[in-house]
Amino acid sequence: MRNVLLAWFVPAAILVLWIVAGAVHWFAPDQLAPPGRVIAELGSLWQRGLLQQDILASVARVFSGFAIALALAIVIGTLVGLNGTVERAIDPTLQAIRSVPSLAWVPLLLLWLGIGESAKVTLIAIGAFFPVYVNLVAGIHGVDRKLVEVARILGLHPFGIAVRVVLPAALPSLLVGARIGLTQAWLFLVAAELLASTRGLGFLLTEGQQISRPDEILVAILLLAILGKLCESGMRTIERRSTAWTDGLRS
Amino acid sequence: MSAIRIVDLSVTFGALRVLEGISLTVERGEIVAILGPSGCGKSTLLRTIAGLDVHPIGDIAVEGEVGYVFQEPRLFPWLTVERNVRFAARTPDERARVDDVLELTGLDGARSTLPKALSGGMAQRTALARALVRKPSVLLLDEPLAALDALRRMQLQEALAEIIAAVSATAILVTHDIEEALYLADRIVLLHGSPATIALEIVVPPHKHRNRDCNLTAERSALFHALSGDETRQEESA
Repeated sequence: MRNVLLAWFVPAAILVLWIVAGAVHWFAPDQLAPPGRVIAELGSLWQRGLLQQDILASVARVFSGFAIALALAIVIGTLVGLNGTVERAIDPTLQAIRSVPSLAWVPLLLLWLGIGESAKVTLIAIGAFFPVYVNLVAGIHGVDRKLVEVARILGLHPFGIAVRVVLPAALPSLLVGARIGLTQAWLFLVAAELLASTRGLGFLLTEGQQISRPDEILVAILLLAILGKLCESGMRTIERRSTAWTDGLRS
Repeated sequence: MSAIRIVDLSVTFGALRVLEGISLTVERGEIVAILGPSGCGKSTLLRTIAGLDVHPIGDIAVEGEVGYVFQEPRLFPWLTVERNVRFAARTPDERARVDDVLELTGLDGARSTLPKALSGGMAQRTALARALVRKPSVLLLDEPLAALDALRRMQLQEALAEIIAAVSATAILVTHDIEEALYLADRIVLLHGSPATIALEIVVPPHKHRNRDCNLTAERSALFHALSGDETRQEESA
């Protein structure tokens, strides 16, 4: 209970500051909407059914992009982690691609895939892929060689060793990567939606800016914070439940 | 036929020759202890017999399934005791043996415990149980009790003797502990020198088996002198 109160302390302080800032006119009303206006706008958007559409569109994009990234990162990361030749062949290229800033992909993706869903989902997948990939490869490199030797002495073939020993042992790293990857997916979602979309939370942001509605912008920011936090907490719960066997400080 | 037959075995790592001209025959049901100072190549000999990362010169023939227990338990930390043991099972027969093996090794009460909650002795029992699931005819034990405290080690030596007898396996036990070798083994082979060769072989008289009250004074002192002679020579050359 004390922890919950502690976690709510900063949001409560921000809320108070926000109310005060509106009341004493630190900002003009067309720059910062007071909390009441934001809540009212949220209710109005919800009643007109627009907010649900935006949330659904954004969540669908994030999860499709994230799912694609996760699947690819597990396959490629496992191959790179286990096989030095594969690693030398493709890891340098992947690291170079990783260092490209997210927005740099946008023109190319628009050119190739148009302004439809596939360009957005692809951009999100690119963003979510690397944290998962990097953490999984590091996790596999850190797997205790002695455990692999046990499997080898029991006569397991390489695929069996990968599935029954290496991946379970690297699971904690994989899940850390997945958690960061999901956060990254939200980041890339906004990048995608800001540039070209007719629906979604990023669209709400652009629209709010174009029609000078700070309340609409703040609704979108608030929802992004809430959805991002929910995803993060969900991933942490999965992480905690499936890595109860680790013998670290926090287990 | 003998369970293990090694003829004129040599092992080289890069430029370093570790083992030279080792010939050893182990009869079915026999327990042979390989004794020697740390780092003399005892584990290499065991790994060679198991066919682990070693490219030996010479002949090695091992009859039947081999079970291997390492110095560290090497349990899979994400699996419970029972699942760690089950990990080694391939056939329905072997899966059915899991319960028997857990009982034999005294792990019945710890089935669902995760390795992080096991004591050193229980963890090593689990490792032994995992090696026993496939009903090995040959057990290779690489200092399995070296990490335990003195009391636990003596208790586990007794358990180990009973278990090896119960599964009627042939065993090679690597150890640097003279008492452990004298207590458990039918025969003791002492490795010595660099590259290591067999310096001494002692047969423990059958009537003195697994009896801590027996004074094996002559055997003990022969082994002690052979082992410490080795160290004196190293100190002189240093």
